[in-house]
Amino acid sequence: MLKLLQKIRSIVNKTQVFKSIFRHGYPDTDGNRALVMFSNVILHLHPVRVRRGALKIKYTWCLGGLTFLFFILLAITGVILMFYYVPDTRRAYNDIRDLGTVIYFGSLFRAVHRWSAHAMVFSVWMHMTRVFMTGSYKPPREFNWVVGVILLVTTLVLSWTGYLLPWDQLALWAVTVGSKMAEATPFIGAAGPFGPELGRNSGNDMAFALLGGTVVGQSALLRFYVLHCLALPLITALFIAVHFWRIRKDGFSGPL
Amino acid sequence: MSEKISEDSNALSKQSKLAQLIKKTASEKIGPENTVLVWPNLVYLELIAIMVSVAVILFLSLVSPAPLEELASADTTPNPTKAPWYFLGLQELLVYFDPWLAGMVLPTFIIIGLVLIPYLDPSPLGKGYYTFKERKFSMLGFGFGLSLWWVLILIGVFFRGLDWSWYWPWDDPHFHQPAGAVKLMDLEIILQSTLGLSEAPLTTLGRYAITKANVLTWALFLGFYGVGFTVPFLFFRDFYRKLGFVRYNLTMFFFISMMGVPMKIFLRLLADVKYVLVTPWFKF
Repeated sequence: MLKLLQKIRSIVNKTQVFKSIFRHGYPDTDGNRALVMFSNVILHLHPVRVRRGALKIKYTWCLGGLTFLFFILLAITGVILMFYYVPDTRRAYNDIRDLGTVIYFGSLFRAVHRWSAHAMVFSVWMHMTRVFMTGSYKPPREFNWVVGVILLVTTLVLSWTGYLLPWDQLALWAVTVGSKMAEATPFIGAAGPFGPELGRNSGNDMAFALLGGTVVGQSALLRFYVLHCLALPLITALFIAVHFWRIRKDGFSGPL
Repeated sequence: MSEKISEDSNALSKQSKLAQLIKKTASEKIGPENTVLVWPNLVYLELIAIMVSVAVILFLSLVSPAPLEELASADTTPNPTKAPWYFLGLQELLVYFDPWLAGMVLPTFIIIGLVLIPYLDPSPLGKGYYTFKERKFSMLGFGFGLSLWWVLILIGVFFRGLDWSWYWPWDDPHFHQPAGAVKLMDLEIILQSTLGLSEAPLTTLGRYAITKANVLTWALFLGFYGVGFTVPFLFFRDFYRKLGFVRYNLTMFFFISMMGVPMKIFLRLLADVKYVLVTPWFKF
């Protein structure tokens, strides 16, 4: 049986179709194990060889990679959820309720999206703590730490914008708390220090820009939807690319 | 002659230092004996981590699906209104600070402070390994800020209930806590009455009528920063020398501001101080 499978494999590996997709043999020799890293776009995030220290789980706790995994899970489940959701205050809530009652696996997709979001926020914090504890932000990796802080912020904002979309009481009032804070921004908030002195009122301040109005309503829902599903994921993906690219350029900070 | 010898020994020590350095870098050099192939060593590890994490996420999702409360309504305000858990630290700060500080200025300081960390820490020690001994100040400073953040989140998640009152786990969350007598006072009022200062303004600055007590609160506030900047400068010269003028001042500004957060919390809890500074434009 095993021999038969091996034979099939060796025949498949020689076909034109297989060779057009994979530019390497099965990675069971050192040569092919190096080639697989060169010729596969996803695996190319890695170098061909790493120092032994990089494999130590107790050094990295896999936290950066897991954060990326949760981002991917969120992107996949997010796309599925978008099929069933319309950012209209009159139907958003019912769309979310349908996920739990009408749509096959709707509840599961929503739950995975929610848990991945919590997990991503948690793991990105833990990752930052680990990077601090091992001093991995020190030269030449200063700028990658800055990119990491930007990713922390986009993660939090992504999570917060997603909070409004179910349009239930939890969503409305959590975002209302946030918009009250925006209103209190110094200089650019109507209720903030020196805001009124600089001519800010509820129609032209920071909270108005965020909500597209004076209350959390239809404009706010649409803004949060577009930010959550389009703008912020793109920005985050861009900075993730820079983050990874820098790790490859600067090398891994860990021990031997 | 003696000078020549000392010069020679200097050169020798320099040479031996260089030799040591070369030896050290050589041992750290990425030779094939110190490295392993990413496939299969790292790729399989990642695969296992991915499978375990996805399994955990699926398990949690099946056990605890996403909640959905009643339809959003501007007419009914839930009590308490809680932000997502990762923002509860900031919401908890709203008890002690006005929204412009708790929601805007402090988070901005946190982000800027985090961004600046690699540029403020000049020590090459502790790069690529866990160590407390070699970088005590940065570890304690970062650890303090991080624990403050998590403690405030835990308080917000587990100990705040109706009216944002404090609830122990054994308190019934359905009953309002008895409203305590409001004793909070502004620092300037406390100073004015205890020291018997006159209420007549010394001078006015726009809408700001500045009394003796106002001047005193400003002096205390600026004195807090002043002492914080001066004490390490005078008594920890080495610390100052290592950082240099710009790094020292930035580090101390963020460090003192961070220490100010629990200070204000204690002032309110222990001394019933509502605001340290009161101006017509902002209260702090």
